[in-house]
Amino acid sequence: MQIADQTTSAVSLVQAALKKAHHFQETHHIFTFINDESALEKARAIDAKIAQGEPVGRLAGVPYALKDNFLSPEGETTASAHILTGFQSPITATAVQKLEAEGAIMIGRTNLDAFAHGSSTENSYYGPTQNSKDLERVAGGSSGGSAVAVALGIVPFATGTDTGGSIRQPASFNGVYGIKPTYGTISRYGVVAMASSTDCVGFFAREAADLDLLMEICAGQDSKDLTTLPDYYQTSSFKPGSHKIGIVKDFDNDAIDPEIRQALKTKVEELQSNGHEIVEFDMPTLKYALAAYYIIVPAEVSSNLSRHDGIRYGFRSQQSDSLGDLYYHTRDEGFMPENKRRIMIGSFVLSSGSYDAYYLKAAKARTLIINEYAAAFEKCDFILAPVSPNPAFKLGAKVNDPVSMYLEDVLSVPLNLAGLPGLTIPVGQTAAGLDLGLQLVGPRRSDRALIKFAETLKEKA
Amino acid sequence: MEVNQGTIQHLAELSHFALSEEESSRLVTDIKNIVDYISQLDELDTSDIEPTYQVFEMANVWRPDEILPQEADREQLLALAPTVENYQIKVPKVL
Repeated sequence: MQIADQTTSAVSLVQAALKKAHHFQETHHIFTFINDESALEKARAIDAKIAQGEPVGRLAGVPYALKDNFLSPEGETTASAHILTGFQSPITATAVQKLEAEGAIMIGRTNLDAFAHGSSTENSYYGPTQNSKDLERVAGGSSGGSAVAVALGIVPFATGTDTGGSIRQPASFNGVYGIKPTYGTISRYGVVAMASSTDCVGFFAREAADLDLLMEICAGQDSKDLTTLPDYYQTSSFKPGSHKIGIVKDFDNDAIDPEIRQALKTKVEELQSNGHEIVEFDMPTLKYALAAYYIIVPAEVSSNLSRHDGIRYGFRSQQSDSLGDLYYHTRDEGFMPENKRRIMIGSFVLSSGSYDAYYLKAAKARTLIINEYAAAFEKCDFILAPVSPNPAFKLGAKVNDPVSMYLEDVLSVPLNLAGLPGLTIPVGQTAAGLDLGLQLVGPRRSDRALIKFAETLKEKA
Repeated sequence: MEVNQGTIQHLAELSHFALSEEESSRLVTDIKNIVDYISQLDELDTSDIEPTYQVFEMANVWRPDEILPQEADREQLLALAPTVENYQIKVPKVL
């Protein structure tokens, strides 16, 4: 992604990206903010450095899109939620600092389901983002804007967050790569919290090799986030050659779209003909992962979102005669319906009469899921699986039926509960022209191996 | 587990939402469907299984107890509040 060879300039790259951003904003509604002035200013500064022979970073002049739940002073950080309207962050997320230190230039903030609650980007206060291949279909979510920005070629990469599939599913719906790293790999300082025990920062790109560079730049321990792992990514390696690929038999059933099952079968045959070994096994606990997820995550959501009260920042309701009224009306008017559902489910599973039956039960299920993955990775190097049960669905098809929307996540959430890395790889299109993706899942800290393995698949395809 | 208007009112109070009647009745159905779905965990045998609350591999990450410079200063933080008076955030009366 370097431009230091002067065959192009940062200004021309950024201008082109901004032009495309405005063009596609009309049709696909990708951005909550387009960074016209500041992006060009930064590009000019980089071009000046290059002209004077000064050293520039590994991403010098590369335009990128930032999911609107990363804090930075450029544009309001809204998390696509009304309750953060007007929030101009004085601080910058560590991941953003690292990207910008290498010369990357943020050209826009991308749309998401408010507070990343959703699988379609339809829960945004600012309205849905359209799928890159079909305007009548969803972008996927919650990082829908970032996935579409990369798929339409507006930017070579974009940031995302993945709590239960929010990078991998929109990547798969739009035909791009998307990495959800091992839990704790990239600092979450300055990222709007959703569920602290599963939230991860990751990326979208059109090339797997670009993901490797982004991971190398952003991974690492951060004194501002005590849940970051000691640096491992930069020193981790990948052994080329024959690998054992696990296939979860339980996922091959009628609930999965036939074209996705066919895509998986085709990929398996391709892997075999390239000398890889296929291992099939059952993972019977994974079918409970979704229920456990929709207990654990709302519990954490209800705690994390209690800070939004209209007092210190963001939106404040006008109906506020007393302090109590101010809290109740600000939160009622400021959150989207899906935010409220999750907060209320969280309040429910954590309340004294329900704690043991729901929250504690889910925490025990989580242990079983972790154990099941550990056993699986004794039999194989990576697991290859569908990302979602179906390709991009029609706008409006599921948004009023929370359980059917949650079922979208049935294949993506299990690894979040276990803290494992997952990588969406594009695998072609349906007969109707919709993008298809599959996910590679590996043991903890196998992030680089996943990316490098994905690169070898592409070379041979 | 039965979910009715009373349950929703209780959860709305715990969550600090002033729900309209219309939203409240829609939530009875939504929350009931979600609770029905998550209740399938009952099928799973978890006897003698220890719970997992977090998957971070480390415990007790300490830092020295020292005052570090902050990115945001007092003026910047106060500027974010909807109403401010004399360097303090102003809220409606508490009592």
